[in-house]
Amino acid sequence: MWQYEKKLQYPVNIKNPNPKLAMAILTQVGGPDGELSASLRYLNQRFAMPYSEVKGILTDIGTEELAHVEIVSAIVYQLTRNLTMEEIKESGFDTYFVDHTTGIYPIAASGTPFTAAYFQCKGDVITDLHEDMAAEQKARTTYDNILRLADDPDVRDPIKFLREREIVHFQRFGEALRITQDNLDSRNFYACNPAFDKNCGKRK
Amino acid sequence: MNKRNMLLNKIRKYDFAIKELNLYLDTHPNCRRALALFDKYRNIKKAAEDEYVQNFGPIVPEQSSDPQHWSWIDDPWPWERS
Repeated sequence: MWQYEKKLQYPVNIKNPNPKLAMAILTQVGGPDGELSASLRYLNQRFAMPYSEVKGILTDIGTEELAHVEIVSAIVYQLTRNLTMEEIKESGFDTYFVDHTTGIYPIAASGTPFTAAYFQCKGDVITDLHEDMAAEQKARTTYDNILRLADDPDVRDPIKFLREREIVHFQRFGEALRITQDNLDSRNFYACNPAFDKNCGKRK
Repeated sequence: MNKRNMLLNKIRKYDFAIKELNLYLDTHPNCRRALALFDKYRNIKKAAEDEYVQNFGPIVPEQSSDPQHWSWIDDPWPWERS
């Protein structure tokens, strides 16, 4: 189960609206390497995990990603308040506005709606942890690109926090992969799948 | 910065330490130093959270204690600028 805590993991206080930037940042809610796909990826993958450390890290990082969905959504919300119709038309925000007004809808910056096709759950701990490490790096690159687009320090500050979290999560997933390999046959990690094959990784 | 935001930032700092230690302990479950730090921050956080809840309302619904009014729903919500 989950319980909501009525606070952001990192504060968001943006003074000046910027609908064009909001459309780019929204990709970290509903885009291919966004926080929603990260959260669902880890929270789904954990069920097939054979080792307690890996069940724990996927549960806890998957939960933190939900808090990141909320932070990015708060950034987009605050960047699109008090807009005039002129600002909406001139910024190019009109294409989003016509479908969603200023509601927060999970889409990529290019407009593609969120889809589970952004992530995989392969039921194989080595495969899934490699995907997770790649996912953290892809999200880190996306935040780097957002930092290239954003000048406003009120926006850059929470984005930098989120970027750093990707690096910490990558590190923890790397440790989970090492723990996994320590549990398997060191001559051939791929000899069996511990989530499926009986007695896989158990000493005879 | 007002007192509410100051206290909230204090809680967030302790939350951050607790979350970092939580993730670290997931992959280092027998690290005594991290276990001791986790215990330390959990205790400091509790004091700050109690003070916040008493003055500015609940962080989780169970902390709502006013018999006349359901304060859980009171503004501001976290995504609103304050």
